[in-house]
Amino acid sequence: MIYKVVKNVIEATQGIEDNMTLMLGGFGLCGIPENCIAELVKKKTKGLTCISNNAGVDDFGIGLMLQQKQVKKMISSYVGENDEFERQMLTGELEVDLIPQGSLAERCRAGGAGIPAFYTPAGYGTEVAKDKEVRVFDGKPHILETALTADFAIVKAWKGDTAGNLIYKATARNFNPMMAMAGKITIAEVEELVPEGELDPNQIHTPGIFVQRIFQGERYEKRIEQVTVRSA
Amino acid sequence: MLDKNQIAQRIAQEIQNNWYVNLGIGIPTLVANYVPKGINVEFQSENGVLGMGPFPFEGDEDADLINAGKQTITTLPGAVFFDSATSFAMIRGQHVQLTVLGAMEVAENGDIANWKIPDKMVKGMGGAMDLVASAENIIVAMMHTNKKGESKLLKNCTLPLTGVGCVKKVVTNLCVLEIKNNAFYLIERAPGVSVEEIKNATEGTLIIEGNIPEMVF
Repeated sequence: MIYKVVKNVIEATQGIEDNMTLMLGGFGLCGIPENCIAELVKKKTKGLTCISNNAGVDDFGIGLMLQQKQVKKMISSYVGENDEFERQMLTGELEVDLIPQGSLAERCRAGGAGIPAFYTPAGYGTEVAKDKEVRVFDGKPHILETALTADFAIVKAWKGDTAGNLIYKATARNFNPMMAMAGKITIAEVEELVPEGELDPNQIHTPGIFVQRIFQGERYEKRIEQVTVRSA
Repeated sequence: MLDKNQIAQRIAQEIQNNWYVNLGIGIPTLVANYVPKGINVEFQSENGVLGMGPFPFEGDEDADLINAGKQTITTLPGAVFFDSATSFAMIRGQHVQLTVLGAMEVAENGDIANWKIPDKMVKGMGGAMDLVASAENIIVAMMHTNKKGESKLLKNCTLPLTGVGCVKKVVTNLCVLEIKNNAFYLIERAPGVSVEEIKNATEGTLIIEGNIPEMVF
């Protein structure tokens, strides 16, 4: 097996430089690479283009990078829980490309799978379709969406092994598997790193071939955006 | 006039046995509370779960287990998790039988706007554009008028569109409407609401054929 383990988050994020394009896994604050985000905040890497379904909240996730103006452009589907984001976008400080969630997922998947573009009905007849090729299949119009790739993809998994194989937990899977495929270099931070052979090959979600660096993260905060309970 | 829960309750009557259903944020989420007895349904949330159950009891919240509204949830026996590309394969591939979502405006040709108010509110479309572009059955759940009292059922949408010609049914606090032939067809009135009130609150073309019954719960 090819050994992918790096010592810590510092080694994992080596080579991430100003003006690079990053993919960051997660949906809301669920399944986000907390350790790597904290390290990027510390390193103050700037001019970044971040591809991520959401932009965190004001004081957590990618929101922390936005506070320091490290992000030049955000490519997302939903950015609603972040006041600083909205402010930077409305004043034009931050470039924003909003794209439908399914198209975002598929563009990442396509980028990792060697498919340069695909047609989807999502967004036809809306602002999203502006300047995009339209083609009719079976009487229904579709728009051409192109693949996305990144200099670094940063994902978070529940368990991983030394060969980079990953297993996600519950809905923390979300965008992580597609982004893992689409990074030139993919960094995986995991809650539990185990020796090769310990994970059941039948249960692995992301094969290690897509992962270049893996490390065990620490002190996961795992913040919940909307704690919602039923009455007992 | 219906409250939000009653709108959800009326929409729940539309669910057929063994359907997979995607519920949007807000009023649509409440639909799950009113599924009629004897109807078997599985709820899909586009962040990657099928077989969603009720909210957890206090203390049982799991940060790794949320719905598309980022609320903590539980799962039912037989539930499954999947990635976002697979989730939207279910949606785009029309494996989900019903989508219920909110809207800021609906037009008489079935256009819907629910994601953006230029220069004011820019939160993003999330999965709404994928959902409305592909779903066979879309029901919009919303108030009939906005906070200023203006109709949300229009000849043409004024806000940036989410999808074109896709909405087939709308349930508001005043009535149930079907959209066909470039018009809103009045199907049912909310208890105590007159046809006249509905007419006055609807800017788009409203077709009233025969006696319009009151909703039955």
